[in-house]
Amino acid sequence: MILLPCPYCGPRNASEFRYVGEVSERPDPNETGVEEWRAYLYARNNPAGWTTETWFHSAGCRQHLVAERHTMTNEVRTSRLPEAQLRGVNEEQATGGNVAVDGGGATY
Amino acid sequence: MRAIKSVLRAATSSVGPDRNGSKKGHKPYRYSAFSLLRHGFSQADWPRAWRKHDLKSSYDVVVVGGGVHGLATAYYLAKNHGIANVAVLDKGYIGSGGSGRNTAIIRSNYLTPEGIRFYDRSVKLYESLSADLNYNTMFAQRGHLTLAHNDSSLRTMRWRAEVNKLEGVDSEVIGPDEIKKLVPFMDTSEEVRYPILGALYHPPGGIIRHDAVVWGYARGADAQGVHIHQNAEVTGIDVADLRVEGVKTSQGDIATRVVVNCTAGWSTLISQMAGVRMPISTFPLQAAVTEPVRPFLDPVIVSGTLHVYVSQTDRGELVFGASVDPFTSYSMRGSLEFTEGLAGHVLELMPSLARMRLLRQWAGLCDMTPDFSPIMGVTPVAGFLVDVGWGTYGFKAGPVSGETMAELIATGKTPELIAPFGLDRFESGDLMGEKGAAAVGH
Repeated sequence: MILLPCPYCGPRNASEFRYVGEVSERPDPNETGVEEWRAYLYARNNPAGWTTETWFHSAGCRQHLVAERHTMTNEVRTSRLPEAQLRGVNEEQATGGNVAVDGGGATY
Repeated sequence: MRAIKSVLRAATSSVGPDRNGSKKGHKPYRYSAFSLLRHGFSQADWPRAWRKHDLKSSYDVVVVGGGVHGLATAYYLAKNHGIANVAVLDKGYIGSGGSGRNTAIIRSNYLTPEGIRFYDRSVKLYESLSADLNYNTMFAQRGHLTLAHNDSSLRTMRWRAEVNKLEGVDSEVIGPDEIKKLVPFMDTSEEVRYPILGALYHPPGGIIRHDAVVWGYARGADAQGVHIHQNAEVTGIDVADLRVEGVKTSQGDIATRVVVNCTAGWSTLISQMAGVRMPISTFPLQAAVTEPVRPFLDPVIVSGTLHVYVSQTDRGELVFGASVDPFTSYSMRGSLEFTEGLAGHVLELMPSLARMRLLRQWAGLCDMTPDFSPIMGVTPVAGFLVDVGWGTYGFKAGPVSGETMAELIATGKTPELIAPFGLDRFESGDLMGEKGAAAVGH
């Protein structure tokens, strides 16, 4: 079991959350070539070490959060609200459009 | 690559490809009850199945990853194309990754025609593998049942069955009565939480002894001159002007023009050493095994809705697998959530197993791609080939992957069977959606 520190709810079991994915900067779709856009869509760093990722507290406050986790040990060191959300822009932009669809349970 | 090709051309003309395994003439078995007795009485040391070599400073081909994919690639390179100056590197021992951690299920009832053709070739190769390798891999084609608990699953099963039949693969949707005949212990009543409405029945599917497949390929490759290097971790790949020049390992440097990435779990990291980014996320997948009991379960049972699959090994243990863990990780630690969830789901299917005890659980790493199909073939770096992104379906594709990757290396042309699985599909957007048949729960 790993504990994720939710900025609203405090430390909670990871099973309450839905994993959304690596945080990556979304390029402006109006000014991006196909190659760069597809790389944004599909390519992943998938590091064996510290990674910054978005989670969705689906069984809690139903807010997105950004956490730093070590993928070898699953240690979580920080969590915060998505940056853009802190700046007051809407959630879709805050999470790079990568918003969890709540279907209940794991994806696969 | 050009140098290799010329080497090959000379070699292939004299060797000649023999694709379908050797069915001509019966080879004497190297391992038999008689030799077991003889060795038992004489107390002599068993001969090594594959040798240990010093790392050479150059090889024609370096295969990264000593699992079924890497060893099969090396085996078919030597056997079909006469390229034996090959090194297979593994950072641990051979078969210590996905090849020794999977649940050993073989099937070809996929969803896309391209996927079905590919996996069916693999089933065909598995059928003749014991004879080909002269090594008993214990392939038991006991049938494979994918249960449907709701209308949408049943529709996907029907879809899969029709595409399977078009491709000549034995596959049919059957009802609860027939399921009950095949698996009397299964609860096919309507009183359960998720009643079984039907199943996709795939008679050629089954289970195999996965270690034997790895060892058989290792012995076969070694006998033809391939060098297997264990405890040789790749620490870097030398690339100049988008061409591979060599590999750095913990045992020394190797000059080579061709590197094949046959790793699972670490495929993103190995590809990044060559400067190639991959559309892969690594998820752990857990499995568990019970104490052995008398044989009672013949086919392999899979339930997508309940996220579980069950088969009984020849030793009588029940092997359980489930969905991949809900978040990416390189950690291979088991979790209590998995065990609890698994037990609940298994008991829903077969309540009579309630008193059985789990012996152990383990995890392996699955490189998931966005479309649930593998990534095979060339990359933007000349000489750097990939056979990765095998998610939860890599073991069953081992032989055909080895055969086609060997052909690609030898001829320089991508075989038609793997053309749909190229890395370039993510640039063109021409994805191969296999989620409906490859994912356990969907």
